Amino acid sequence: MPDFEPVLLANINKPDSHTLRVYEAGGGYSALKKVLKEMDPAKFIELVKSSNLRGRGGAGFPTGLKWTFLPKDHPGPIYMCINADESEPGTFNNRILMELDPHQVIEGIILSSFATRATTAYLYLRYEYPLSLRRLQLAIDECYAAGYLGKNIQGTEFSLDIYLHRGAAAYICGEETGLIESLEGKRAWPRIKPPFPAVEGVFRKPTVVNNIETVACVTHIAARGAEWFKSIGVPSDPKNPRDPGSYGPKLYCLSGHVNKPGCYEEPLGITCRELIDRCGGGVWKGRRGKAAIPGGISMGLLTESEFDTPLDFNALAKVGCLGLGTAAVVVMDETVSMVDFLHNSCRFFMHESCGQCTPCREGTRWSVEMLERIKAGKGRLRDLDLLLEIGDTIGIIPGTTICGLADGAAWPIKNAIRKFRPEFEDYIRRTNPNGYNQTEPVLSLDPRRSPHSDVVEIAPWWPEAHHHG
Amino acid sequence: MAKVYVDGNEIEIGDKERLNGIQAAERIGIDIPRYCWHPGLTVVASCRMCLVESGTRNAETGEIQMMPKLVPACQTPAKDGTVFVTNSQKVHEARARVEEDLLLRHPVDCPICDKAGECYLQDYHFDHGQKERRADIRPFTSRRRDVGPAVTLFVDRCVMCSRCVRFTREIAGTSELMIVNRGSHEEIDTVPGFPLNNKMSGNVVDLCPVGALGDKDFLYSQRVWFMKKHPGVCTGCSTGCSMWTEENQDHVYRLKPRENPHVNHWWLCDEGRYGFHFVHSDARRIGLRRREATGVYAEIDWSILPGEMQSRLSTAGRLAGVLSPHLTVEEAYLFAKYLRGFDPEAVLALGPVPMAEEDERFKNGFTIRAEKCPNRRGVEAVVRHFTGACPTFYELLPRIEQGEFGGVWVTGGYKEPAYDVDVFDQEIADRFDNVKLLIVQDIFASPLWNRADYQLAGGTFAERDGSYVNFADRLQGAKWAVRPPAGAWAEGPLYWRLLNQPGLFNARKVLSDVAAEIIYFAAAADEVPATGVDLKINQLAMT
Repeated sequence: MPDFEPVLLANINKPDSHTLRVYEAGGGYSALKKVLKEMDPAKFIELVKSSNLRGRGGAGFPTGLKWTFLPKDHPGPIYMCINADESEPGTFNNRILMELDPHQVIEGIILSSFATRATTAYLYLRYEYPLSLRRLQLAIDECYAAGYLGKNIQGTEFSLDIYLHRGAAAYICGEETGLIESLEGKRAWPRIKPPFPAVEGVFRKPTVVNNIETVACVTHIAARGAEWFKSIGVPSDPKNPRDPGSYGPKLYCLSGHVNKPGCYEEPLGITCRELIDRCGGGVWKGRRGKAAIPGGISMGLLTESEFDTPLDFNALAKVGCLGLGTAAVVVMDETVSMVDFLHNSCRFFMHESCGQCTPCREGTRWSVEMLERIKAGKGRLRDLDLLLEIGDTIGIIPGTTICGLADGAAWPIKNAIRKFRPEFEDYIRRTNPNGYNQTEPVLSLDPRRSPHSDVVEIAPWWPEAHHHG
Repeated sequence: MAKVYVDGNEIEIGDKERLNGIQAAERIGIDIPRYCWHPGLTVVASCRMCLVESGTRNAETGEIQMMPKLVPACQTPAKDGTVFVTNSQKVHEARARVEEDLLLRHPVDCPICDKAGECYLQDYHFDHGQKERRADIRPFTSRRRDVGPAVTLFVDRCVMCSRCVRFTREIAGTSELMIVNRGSHEEIDTVPGFPLNNKMSGNVVDLCPVGALGDKDFLYSQRVWFMKKHPGVCTGCSTGCSMWTEENQDHVYRLKPRENPHVNHWWLCDEGRYGFHFVHSDARRIGLRRREATGVYAEIDWSILPGEMQSRLSTAGRLAGVLSPHLTVEEAYLFAKYLRGFDPEAVLALGPVPMAEEDERFKNGFTIRAEKCPNRRGVEAVVRHFTGACPTFYELLPRIEQGEFGGVWVTGGYKEPAYDVDVFDQEIADRFDNVKLLIVQDIFASPLWNRADYQLAGGTFAERDGSYVNFADRLQGAKWAVRPPAGAWAEGPLYWRLLNQPGLFNARKVLSDVAAEIIYFAAAADEVPATGVDLKINQLAMT
């Protein structure tokens, strides 16, 4: 692949890159001026649609299409929500954009709001990003002063206000309807759909929810056009007319056991191995890679032999991952125990499950407790089947939960056990040599039937059990 | 007519009806299990117990296209051509999984749980659960904390359906309850310092599908399978909520709302719900007593009452009767008929109507009315029919004081303490000095009771059989639930006997007579449905 010129990260190494002065000096806001002068919203939506831009937040839904779901001729107001609740483990691309080039983001927000006729935009910011909060607020203030925000932007009819809303550090607020609920001041329980946010979102008004990186891409599409955008990335599958392809630059967050972790901008479709070797300088300490998370912990796992999979919207599903997600690649070297990995990821999802739907609330907790028991040396082989069953039965694909984050909670379980089953079995055999093959019901009401049960009895019931034993 | 298909059965649904999958299936008796869905609350679709397969049927080709994933029936509208499959293997497995999930950390302390026997978790476990417990999570904890004066919470029994939270927000409008923490650490709680103390708080106990919310009034007092339910009408105020009186061996243990879309929907206020303890009060009067010439009361046998009344009332001169608004329509009718049998000019009056200051209205429209009696309208209509007018008790008092009446029969039946004041206090009793024959029929003693010539121990709402007419002219029937304590007579059977009617007191027969005779009650001529009949139709005919 020829050397790729960074676009989204073009400014970040300039001194004071977060200021309006530096951004404008680099050609910033010229796209906005151009669009405001030359285009109407419908035409701009067409432009974004023709670029086949897909949402960078995780699901990869085509952005232009999402905008067209807004009801036509709605009396308003229409709201734009920017999802900056970047809480997927391993992900930090939004943070780079917000901290080092906030104006690029804001220009994208203004353009997207122009396209959707939104007059108010809310930027829902993750609690843990105080620097982003300060720099975004600074940038917004600068924009108001410079006439890029507020009433009649650049002398046109278009007006826009941006409000920064700082979340309270919950993973579920990254789900779009969870974010909306949280923004409204409620408990962030994802809503049941339909109605979708485009019909009834924030304050029961039509709402578009877009990711930070998505709107940053919108800025560049406005500046350079759809053809430029489509010249980068993986073209759509000609055999599948509904495939929008994977076009454009993408920020890959590389972390874990690599020599040079960081946020790298690459065209969509770079393979995982290329990313690790070329950008990350290879696996650290001269070790071999064992597995990698392709796009945030909820997307599953790639084994070393699957490292040649392109990191785009379509290819990852072919190796059993959930998708590209946030393109946060976490590399694990050969010393990592998959039991530890799974335990850690399940612990995260147990902690972050919003608790609304029964299968996710209870399933995540159950998987953690089972893994804790396995790690305590009391695992059984049948636990793996049970874990897989939990993994296979929660999420929106089986239809047992309201939001898609339950799929994300289930995917690491499915991938880790399916792809590393021998390791799990070895672990259980090694740590529980006497009981690994036990198939008795784990907890029976009669203690005589399951002597190996680790349930602590509060009362010494069935006194005859004493005589028996 | 929209056509919906549930498990291959075709169901027709009216054009204006908006049903979900659960309601559509209910039409043909298919019960879809659910925890979080309740017809009176908003849909959250969070328990995932009602998952079914759904699809659409093309009306022209008959081709059915199913959705690949399961959908919650509570959230899926039953539109024309919607297909639901509720009994497939996939659905059974999903239900078993949800049931298993909910039982993971449930304490399973059914032997000491009040809800056992009417618990969704138990019932659905038998219907849809798995035989074997596969989890090894320690379930044996049962924390309890009070969330309000009437309601207690067994934290670990909760299945997080959020019905109670939605109730306080949507129906009561007071929003005391909330969910704290996240994920599997979630608990129901109140904001510190703001307990669940609204006047509808008891409903959250009914709503709770499991034993998490307990009724402190009922707690540990009776197993639910020992109790029998009797349809009744709440006599707390003129709203006249439909309710169940639940008793075991002539002891009322609790009152529960009975669904009635015309009156109370699914709700019952705490005033009505907990206002039944007077039925078993130690202060209740028992027996029939006559004041002798010496001023001392002598216990006499009820069997001699008809003869005694016959001789005393026929010679007493002008008679007056005070009909308590706690009497049923049937009792009022029999009583009026009885008095008028002795004195065709007997004056009848409506008894005191206890009033609170004002109606209390809740967010969804449920109203606790200021008029604290169940049957003012019914009694008024009966009295008007007999005398052409219906004076109040207080209008009658001056005439009693002046000695206009030789005999006065006062019926009571008010709760103790009657609403804010004792309705028959000393001041009122003193005004009966010129009455030669005073008969008081009541359940508690009062100054008036203490100066009566005959004291007749009466019955309470739980012992009465008959009908009440509520504030909106809706007549509802109530069945007796318990027998009166030995020595007390419910008014209906007593008047029946005094009138020398054959056999046992038959409220339905009396109501038929009333309906035939009094045009206001004409709508009650036929069978009265469980939700009552609206008498207003006939009021139009009257005017």
